[in-house]
Amino acid sequence: MLEAVKTQQTPVIEGAPRSARADVQLDARLAAAPAPMTGVTAPARADALARLKEQGLPGPRHEYWRYTDPAPFNAARPAPVALEAVAGDPKLFADVDKLRLVFVDGRFDAAASDDPALAGVEITTLAQADAQPGHWVAEAYGVLEAQGQKPVRRAFAALNTAVATDGAVIRVTGKADRPVQILYRPSDAGADVIVHHVLRLEEGAELTLLENGLLGARGNVVIEADLAPGAKLHHIAAPRAGVARIATTHLFARVAEAASLKSFELSVDGRHMRSESVVELAGDDAVAHVAAAVLGDGDNLRHDDTVFITHGALRGESRQVFKKVLKNGATGVFQGKILVRPGAQKTDGYQISQALLLDEDSQFLAKPELEIYADDVKCSHGSTTGALDETALFYLRSRGVPRERAIVLLVLSFLADALEEVEDEDLRAEIAGRLEDWLTAKAQG
Amino acid sequence: MLEIKNLHVQLEEEGKQILKGVTLTVPAGEVHAIMGPNGSGKSTTSYVLSGREGYEVTEGSATLDGRDLLEMEPEERAAAGLFLAFQYPVEIPGVGNMTFLRTAVNAQRKARGEEELSAGDFLKLVREKAKALDIDAEMLKRPVNVGFSGGEKKRNEILQMAMLEPRMCILDETDSGLDVDAMRLVAEGVNALRSPERSFLVITHYQRLLDHIVPDVVHIMHDGRIVKSGGPELALEVERNGYGDILAEAADA
Repeated sequence: MLEAVKTQQTPVIEGAPRSARADVQLDARLAAAPAPMTGVTAPARADALARLKEQGLPGPRHEYWRYTDPAPFNAARPAPVALEAVAGDPKLFADVDKLRLVFVDGRFDAAASDDPALAGVEITTLAQADAQPGHWVAEAYGVLEAQGQKPVRRAFAALNTAVATDGAVIRVTGKADRPVQILYRPSDAGADVIVHHVLRLEEGAELTLLENGLLGARGNVVIEADLAPGAKLHHIAAPRAGVARIATTHLFARVAEAASLKSFELSVDGRHMRSESVVELAGDDAVAHVAAAVLGDGDNLRHDDTVFITHGALRGESRQVFKKVLKNGATGVFQGKILVRPGAQKTDGYQISQALLLDEDSQFLAKPELEIYADDVKCSHGSTTGALDETALFYLRSRGVPRERAIVLLVLSFLADALEEVEDEDLRAEIAGRLEDWLTAKAQG
Repeated sequence: MLEIKNLHVQLEEEGKQILKGVTLTVPAGEVHAIMGPNGSGKSTTSYVLSGREGYEVTEGSATLDGRDLLEMEPEERAAAGLFLAFQYPVEIPGVGNMTFLRTAVNAQRKARGEEELSAGDFLKLVREKAKALDIDAEMLKRPVNVGFSGGEKKRNEILQMAMLEPRMCILDETDSGLDVDAMRLVAEGVNALRSPERSFLVITHYQRLLDHIVPDVVHIMHDGRIVKSGGPELALEVERNGYGDILAEAADA
C-alpha cells in the first residue's frame, strides 16, 4: 500500500506578497516583545531579527499557512486567560524519576527546579549563558533555526530566536542516567511565553528530554538540537499547549553520522497549535523518527503538524508517524515533507499520517510531499482518514464492553503505532496510561 | 432458555428480507445446530440475536430467559448471558488480549452488580483456562487476534467464552478455516463448557464439526426459515445427500 516511490519537483517556497498592514503588524509584535541586544547571543539575535524583517509575518496565502490561520500567532499580544482554571502541574511524568527544570512564564525558576547536576550533562540557562563571555551557546544559538528557514520560511522561529530571553542550555557529554524534564508553569494571565532551548549532544552522548506543562496565554517554543556522531536524543513533548492552548513549537535538529533522534509529541488539549519539526540527516547512517498522537475535540480547534526532513547523507533512515483523533468539529493538519538530496543514496524514508474522525463535523487536511534527487532510495508515504471500525466496535460490545469504553479502546488502538515510537517501555506505559485516563474522563463527560 | 418466535428481519439499507419467520427454542443444557446452504440466513440469525447494527426486525421476538433480547444494546445482551463466537474474529492492534479480556469480564460483572475480579484472581483464572485451550502466555500478551492463525483466533474465541461463562453460546461457523486438529481442540473447549445451565446454538455449513460437538437437535435453515428439525442423524443425512433432498421434501410439504 505504501511502497510508492515518487519523484517530483516543487518550487522554492516564497512568502506571499508583503503588505503594508503586515509590516505594521510585525512592528507591533516586536514592540510587545523587544529583542535584548546584549550578551553573547546578540549577533545571532540581530541576524534573526533581520531574517524576520525580511520575510515578515505570514499571511493565509503563504504556501505553508493555507490550512492554519496564522492570525492568533501574529497578534501583538494574546488575550489574557483565566489562570484559576489551571489546577497544578499535569500528572504526566510526575512519578517518573527525572531531573526537573521549571520555567514559570518562560523564565527559569531555580528554586522550583532540581539541582541541575547530572553526570555527563551540563545544564545552564539561556539567560546565564548569555552573560558568560565565550560560552559555546554563542556559536550554536540560532544556527539550526537559520538553516531551517530554507526553503520554507518559519517566521515564528526567527521571532523566537530574536527575542527569547530564557530557556535551557544543555550539553551532554555522556549517557544521562535519567531524563531531564522541562516543566512549564504559568503565573501571569497575559504571559506571552517565548522560550528557546539549545541542546548539544557530544559524540556518543545520550539524553531523554521530557517537555510538558502549561505555557502562558500564548506559547512559542524553539528547540535547537545538534547531535554529534553516535549521539542519541529521545524527545517527548506532551501537552505544552498551555492555558490558552495557542502555541507554535519548532524542533530544529541536525543529526550527524550514526546519531539518532526520536521525537514524540502528545497533544490532548490544543486549540490552535502549530508544531514544526525540521530535521537534517547530515551524516551517514543517521536516524530520525518523528511521531505524534493528537486528540482534538471541539469547534475552532486546529492542530497542525508541519514536518521537513532532509536526507543529506548515505543510508539515512527517517520515519514520520502522525495520528490524530478528531471530533466535534476539530481540524487536523499534517504537512510532511521528505527531501532527499543528490547523493543521499540508500535513503529509507517513511511517512504515514492518519486521522480517525469520530463524527462527520471534523476534518483532516494532509499534504504529504516527497522531493527526491537520488536514484537509489526507498521512500514511501501514506495518508488515511477514516471513521471508527463498526465491526470492531460491535466485537467489543458483544463481549460486554460498554460503547463508551469500547470507543476508548479503539482510539488507543488507533494511536498505538505512534506510541510505539516511544522507545522506553516505562515512558510509553506512562503516556498510554495518562492518555487512557484522559479519554475515559472525556467519555464520561 | 432461548426462544425465537416468528422472527422477520430485513437489511436496514436495502430493505431486503433475510429472515422470514424463524421459530426456534433452545432449552437449558441443550446443544442445537443450525445447518443450511449459503445465504439461508444462518449468520444473520446470530447477528440479530447479538445486536449487530444494520438489521431491522419487522416482526417476531427473541428472548433469553424470558428477557427481550431485541430491546437491549449488544453489551447488555452479553451481560444477560449471550455470547457470539465470531466466524471472523476481529483484530484489534494495540489492545492487549489480557486487557481486553479483563475489561470484558469486569464490565459484565459490573453490569450484573457483581464485584470486579482483582488483577491477581483474574490472572489465575485466565492462566488456568488458557492452558486447557493450549494458549500460551505469549498469545495472551499479544494484541487481540493480531498475527493469530485461524486456529488461534478460534481458540481465543473459546477462551473468551470460558472466561465470560455465558448462559447461551452461539457459534457462528466456528469450524471455518480450521484443520482437523484445530477443530478438535476448539470442540474440546466447547464440550468442556457444556453444562445443564448452559445452552449452545452451533451454526455450521458442514456436518464435520457436529462429529465433535454432538447436538441434541439439528435444524435445517433455508431461505430465512427453519424447514426441518431432527436429531443428530439429520446432519449425517446432509453429509451424505447434500441439502437437495431435504429442501425438495420441505417444498413438497
